[in-house]
Amino acid sequence: MFEITLPALRRGRSLVLQPMELRLPAGSLTGIVGPNGAGKSTLLRAIAGLSAERAILRREGRVLDRSAVGFLPQSFTVRANLSVLDCVLLGRREGLGWSVPPAMIAQARDILACFGLADLAARGMNSLSGGQQQRVLLVQRLFRNPQLLALDEPTSARDLHHQLGALAALRAHARQSGTAVIAALHDLTLAARFCDRVLVLGEGRLICQDTPEGALTPERVAAHWRVTPELLRDRDACLVVVPHTVE
Amino acid sequence: MSMQDRLDTSVRAWRARSARRGAAVGAALLLLAGLVLADLMTGPSAMSPGVLWQTFLAGPQGADRAAAAILFQIRLPQTVMALIVGGALGLAGLMMQTILANPLASPFTLGFSAAAGFGAALAIMFGSALAVPVPGWLLAPACAFVATLSATALVWLVARLKGSQPEVLVLAGIAVLFFFQSLQSLVQFMASPEVLQQIVFWLFGSLLKANWTAIKRAGAIVALCLPLIARETWALTTLRMGEANAESLGLDTDALRRRVFLITAALTAAVSFTGTIGFVGLIAPHVARAMVGEDHRFALPFAALTGALILVSASVVSKLLSSGAAIPVGIVTAVAGIPMLAAVILTHRRS
Repeated sequence: MFEITLPALRRGRSLVLQPMELRLPAGSLTGIVGPNGAGKSTLLRAIAGLSAERAILRREGRVLDRSAVGFLPQSFTVRANLSVLDCVLLGRREGLGWSVPPAMIAQARDILACFGLADLAARGMNSLSGGQQQRVLLVQRLFRNPQLLALDEPTSARDLHHQLGALAALRAHARQSGTAVIAALHDLTLAARFCDRVLVLGEGRLICQDTPEGALTPERVAAHWRVTPELLRDRDACLVVVPHTVE
Repeated sequence: MSMQDRLDTSVRAWRARSARRGAAVGAALLLLAGLVLADLMTGPSAMSPGVLWQTFLAGPQGADRAAAAILFQIRLPQTVMALIVGGALGLAGLMMQTILANPLASPFTLGFSAAAGFGAALAIMFGSALAVPVPGWLLAPACAFVATLSATALVWLVARLKGSQPEVLVLAGIAVLFFFQSLQSLVQFMASPEVLQQIVFWLFGSLLKANWTAIKRAGAIVALCLPLIARETWALTTLRMGEANAESLGLDTDALRRRVFLITAALTAAVSFTGTIGFVGLIAPHVARAMVGEDHRFALPFAALTGALILVSASVVSKLLSSGAAIPVGIVTAVAGIPMLAAVILTHRRS
């Protein structure tokens, strides 16, 4: 079990996030959901150690340092003329010298294959689409072997097929490696389907951390997203959130 | 094709790409060696290659005193200085463009060279009046060195106060450029015609100023910088992935920028023995990125080699253009470098 203690986070004078305590089981996928401006990105940056106020991370009571956390910021474009394999290798920059150890190349190759990127290894990053870049950058983070992985909207630049594929692969990776993955997600149905736990953020406060069913109640969705939700079950009995405009 | 085969094919392609880049660095090295020979063989005295070879074998104390003096006191120092200065400017330019994420950054465009020019102008104007125990030929470069470091200190101070984001550093650099340029103009305005002529000659960077003492000083500073640069190679490559990405990979980008900025300042100051040489620091990085990509393991050596190539070929061209009085190499660099840049841009676009 990972415990994250966050102080109050400010930007300038305004309070962006209230102090909060998060608990993430090892080997699980946790979704952070909330309307725009709820503080999802701020929370993830703080967990990654990139804000002025430092979050305290513990695993089974022992304090972890920043290097144990992998963080992938919200989608951005890489314009560098670097190959996909170079990019993945940079995930373990600290272990690289003038030549790259063959074992490291083999590992990078295997993890690229797990995420369906085998064909792209020698391609330049600047020749990939936004969605492909996002997948490569996710693999780069996983290559660091983080104990805790914080992802800011990891599926935002992808089509439906790749959204499902990426979240399934992430959940499988978490189960297999024991990494705790925490990801900001916009799509409540996706969050309900793939996440083990869901954190609801609203106006800088932690509203709840619970199972998807427990967290995404009609009242909560109505109050924080300002929509009239219709909650259904799909054929796998997973929660489906259909939003309707408030009358 | 099976999954494993596809994987192996793409990893092989990646290895081939790395090998090609290594080969490109090797080819540049060979080309440079050829140009160095050409540079040693050109000069107003028109010695034949046979005589030159004999002189080289005989060493600096050889029987033919005149030939030995020409080779070891004039031609060789100029060539070695061109290698050091070109290499240092290429390295400094690439590192500046990487840390500032700006393709127009170079020691010239960010005011380091203007500061050096001001320092030298000041030394030339007031040097004789000062009773300092420094030989005349060393005073101008020494002042240029100090002025470059003070320009760095100004930019550094701004970066400490306002943060080391690329925009802040570029703006501060441009402010420094204009500041030292106007100071330099002021000195020139106040100078007598004779002094003015000397100042202008210094500002046209020239290899004629080269001698072994200057080479030892410049070479020592560059040699000290090399291990520091090697240590930052992967960090610089990581920075090319974008600020947010580099930070989230645990890289302290502000600290990296400040460290590398100091190294570039030292490199630029080291080359103040030759006077102002623009263009090399701006163009060599572009050539390097186009030829070997942005992996700084290849790009840094290639930028250094390109810088040296531009300067050595400029030296050859300047000697060929006017066999009597060599045209200052600072004037020729752009002429010699532009065809090279054009070739790189044109072939790069096609592929």
